[in-house]
Amino acid sequence: METLNQLAHGFSIAFTPVNLMWCLVGTTLGTAIGVLPGLGPALTIALLLPITYQVAPEASFILFAGIYYGAMYGGSTTSILLNTPGESATIVTALEGNRMARSGRGGAALATSAIGSFVAGTLGTLGVAFLAPVVVKFALSFGPAEYFSLMVLAFITVSAVLGSSSVRGLTSLFAGFVIGMIGVDLQTGQPRFTFGIGELLDGVDVIIVAVGLFAVGETLYMASRRYAGKDEIVPLKGSLYMTAAEWGRSWKAWLRGAAIGFPIGAMPAGGAEIPTFLSYAIEKKLSKHKDEFGTVGAIEGVAGPEAANNASAAGVLVPMLTLGLPTSATAAIMLSAFQSYGINPGPLLLTTQANLVWGLIASLFIANVILVVLNLPLIGLWVRLLKIPAPQLYAGILVFATVGTYGISQSPIDLVILYLLGAAGFLMRRFDFPTAPVIIGMILGPLAETQFRRAMTISNGDWSVFYTHKLSLTLLTLAFIGLAGPHIWAYIEHRRRRGPEHVPGDA
Amino acid sequence: MLNRRRFLTSTAAAGAAGFAALHLSPAFAQDAPQVQIFVPAAPGGGWDQTARTMDQVLRSEKLISGSQITNVGGAGGTVGLPQFINQWNGKGNSMMVAGMVMVGAIIANKSANNLTEVTPIARLTGEFEALVVPAASPFQTAADFVAALKADPTKVPVAGGSAGGSDHILFGLIAKTAGVPATSLSYVPFAGGGEALSALLGNQVAAGISGYGEFSEQVKAGALRLLAISADKRQDGIDAPTLKEAGIDVELFNWRGVFAPPGVSDADKAALITLVETMAKSEAWATECKNRNWTQILLTGDDYAKFLTEDTARIGAILKDLGLA
Repeated sequence: METLNQLAHGFSIAFTPVNLMWCLVGTTLGTAIGVLPGLGPALTIALLLPITYQVAPEASFILFAGIYYGAMYGGSTTSILLNTPGESATIVTALEGNRMARSGRGGAALATSAIGSFVAGTLGTLGVAFLAPVVVKFALSFGPAEYFSLMVLAFITVSAVLGSSSVRGLTSLFAGFVIGMIGVDLQTGQPRFTFGIGELLDGVDVIIVAVGLFAVGETLYMASRRYAGKDEIVPLKGSLYMTAAEWGRSWKAWLRGAAIGFPIGAMPAGGAEIPTFLSYAIEKKLSKHKDEFGTVGAIEGVAGPEAANNASAAGVLVPMLTLGLPTSATAAIMLSAFQSYGINPGPLLLTTQANLVWGLIASLFIANVILVVLNLPLIGLWVRLLKIPAPQLYAGILVFATVGTYGISQSPIDLVILYLLGAAGFLMRRFDFPTAPVIIGMILGPLAETQFRRAMTISNGDWSVFYTHKLSLTLLTLAFIGLAGPHIWAYIEHRRRRGPEHVPGDA
Repeated sequence: MLNRRRFLTSTAAAGAAGFAALHLSPAFAQDAPQVQIFVPAAPGGGWDQTARTMDQVLRSEKLISGSQITNVGGAGGTVGLPQFINQWNGKGNSMMVAGMVMVGAIIANKSANNLTEVTPIARLTGEFEALVVPAASPFQTAADFVAALKADPTKVPVAGGSAGGSDHILFGLIAKTAGVPATSLSYVPFAGGGEALSALLGNQVAAGISGYGEFSEQVKAGALRLLAISADKRQDGIDAPTLKEAGIDVELFNWRGVFAPPGVSDADKAALITLVETMAKSEAWATECKNRNWTQILLTGDDYAKFLTEDTARIGAILKDLGLA
C-alpha cells in the first residue's frame, strides 16, 4: 500500500508540465540516438551532464531516463530496416527483423518491437516499483561462479543460432572469441592481440563488429549479386501493422522476453545482450513456425528479444536505485549525475531522496507511453525507406554505417576495422558461414573467461565452486538438460515408435 | 572533435538542441581568455568530470570567457597522450587533464610517450582509497586484515578496479609494507567500482579496495565496514584511521592534475598556473570538490614536476613487483 502511495506521489511530480516536457525531450532524443549506430545512451548522457548545473535533479533524471528508454526503442528500427544495429542490445533483433523487412513485413516487425518494448518496459518498471528489494537480493547472490555457469547455459541455448552446419557455426563462434579477446586483459592488465596498436588496447567495439559484418558485409554481397542479374525489392505485404495471427504469436514472446530480461538486467554483470540471446533461443525452440526462422523472418524472434532488452533496461535501474550500484555504462554515468547534485547514491537513496526516486519511476511509465505513441505512427514513415531502390538504399546504409562508426570514437582505426570486418562478412555470406555467432562469441566469450578466472582466483584454484554453490549447480544442471535433453527425448520417442517387438540392446 | 560530437548529438536532438546548449550562455568578461581542455578519456569518467567542473568554475568565476573540451579516450589515456604531445605542441592556452591512472597506464602499456614530455601545471585533486570488508567479515581492524594476509595471502581475495590501476597499486603497497610478496596476492579485478561493490555486498570476496566515494554510502548504511583510508590524515566525518595510524606505512591519493603541451613559453606556463591556482582557491571549486568527494591537494609548477618524478618511480616499482611492468 505504501508503495502505491509513493508511486501516486511520484506521478504528481512527473505530471508537472516542466517534467513532462523533459520526459518528451528525453524520449525523442533517445529514439534519435538509438537510431544512430555511433551514439549510445551512455555517451549522450555524458555529454548532457553539464545540464545538471542548470536544472533540478528530478528534471535531469527524467531526461536521462527518457534517453535511456528511448535508445532501446530506437535501436531496433535500424536493426530491422537496415540490418545495422544501433545498440548492442538490438543486434539479435536484426536476425529475424531484417528478414521480415525483406519479405515485406517490416511494418509488423517494427510494430511488434514497439509494442513489445512498451509491454516489457511497463512490466519492468512495475518490477522496479514493487519487486526491487527481492530482485536485488537474488541478483547479489550471483558471484563469479554463478555467472560462469550462467554463461555456460547461455552458450548451450544459443547454439540454436549457429545455423544448419555446426562446423560453420562453431567456426564463427570461435572467430568471435578471438575478436572479443583483443585488448588489455582485465585480469592481468596485459595486452592481447593488439599488435602494438594503441587504439586496440581497449578492444573492438561490438557495434563496429555488428555493423561491419551485418551492414557492410551485406551491402558488398548485394552489390556482387546485382552483377549476377538478380534484384530484389519486395513490396509491403498485408497490413502495415500486425495481423491477428501476428498478435497471437507476439504476446507470449513479449511476456517471456520480459521475464528473462528483467532479472538478468538487475544482475550486476548481466547486461542487456545476454537476455536477448536467451530470449531468441527460447522463441526459436518454442515456435510453431520454425521454418520461418532465418528465411522469411519469424515475428517471435523479434518480439521476444525486443521485450527482453527493454525489460533489462528497467532491471538495470533496480540495483542503481536500491543500492547505488551502477551495472551498465549508462547507469554509471547517471550515478555521476547524482554526485553533481551532492546526492550520494547508495542504499539510503530510496529513503533520503524519495521524491526523486519515485518521480523518476513514475516518469518511466510516462516515457513508455510517450515512446509507443511516438514510434507507432513513425512506422509508416520508416517502411517507406524500404521502397528506395536497392543501389541507393545500400549506398545510404554504407554512408550511415561509416559515419556512425566514426562517431563512436573518432578513430580512423575503427573505420579500417569496420571495412576489414565488412570484407570478412562478405566472404562469410558468400561461403555460407553464419555471422550472428561471431557477435555472440564476442560478447559471451570474454564474459565467461573473466568470470571463470575470477571464480578461480577467489576459490584459490578449487574447481568445486562450480558445483558446491547451489545456484551454480542448478544452472549447470539446466545447461546439461538443454544439451542432452533433446537427444534423450528423441531416443525415448524412437524406442516407443519402434514398438515392443524391438529387442532392447540393438538400437 | 568535440565540436563534431556535439554537433552530431545536437543534430540528433533536433528540438532538444536548445536545451543542451543552456549551459553555454554565461556573461562573458571582456578580457578573459579562451582555453582549450584536452581530456584523454571518454566523456563521463573522472578526468572528464574534472575538465567539465573546471570549465564550469572558471566561467562562473569569470576567469575565462569560454572553453572547449576535446575527448580522445582509450587505454588509460595513452591513446590521447601522443596526440596532445604532437598536435597541441606550443599551444599556450591549452591544458590536458590526467592523473595517476595515466602514470600507471604508460608503464603497463609500455607507451612510447610519457608525462615528462608535457609541461606540468598543477596537481588539483585526489581521491583517497578505502579498505573495506563486508559487515559479516571477521576482520574488525586493518591489523586483522594484515595478519590474515601474512598468514596466507591466497585465502584473502580482495576486489578492486582493473589490474594495475590505483586500487591494485594500493593493495600491492600494503602487502609490500607488511612483507607479503606481491606475486602471491589474490587480487580480483572488476571493470568498475560498482561491480566490485556487488561482489563485496554478496560476500564473494574477503575485502575491497577502491576510491572512498565508491563505498561511502554502503559504509554509512552499515553494509560494509571501513577499516582504513589511504589519506595523509584523518578526515572529517569519516570514522576510520588512516593506514599509517593503523600501522601500515602507506599513503596514496588517486590524484588528478593538469598539464600544458610541450613547447609552451614560460609566460604562458606562468599564466596557466595563476589561472588554475585562482580557480582552485575559489569557493565554487571548493563546493564542487566537496560534492564529489575530491580532496584538494594543490601543488603547482616545479613542486608538481618533482612530485610527478617521485610518484612515477614509486608506481613503476610496485607494478614491477606485481608482475605488470
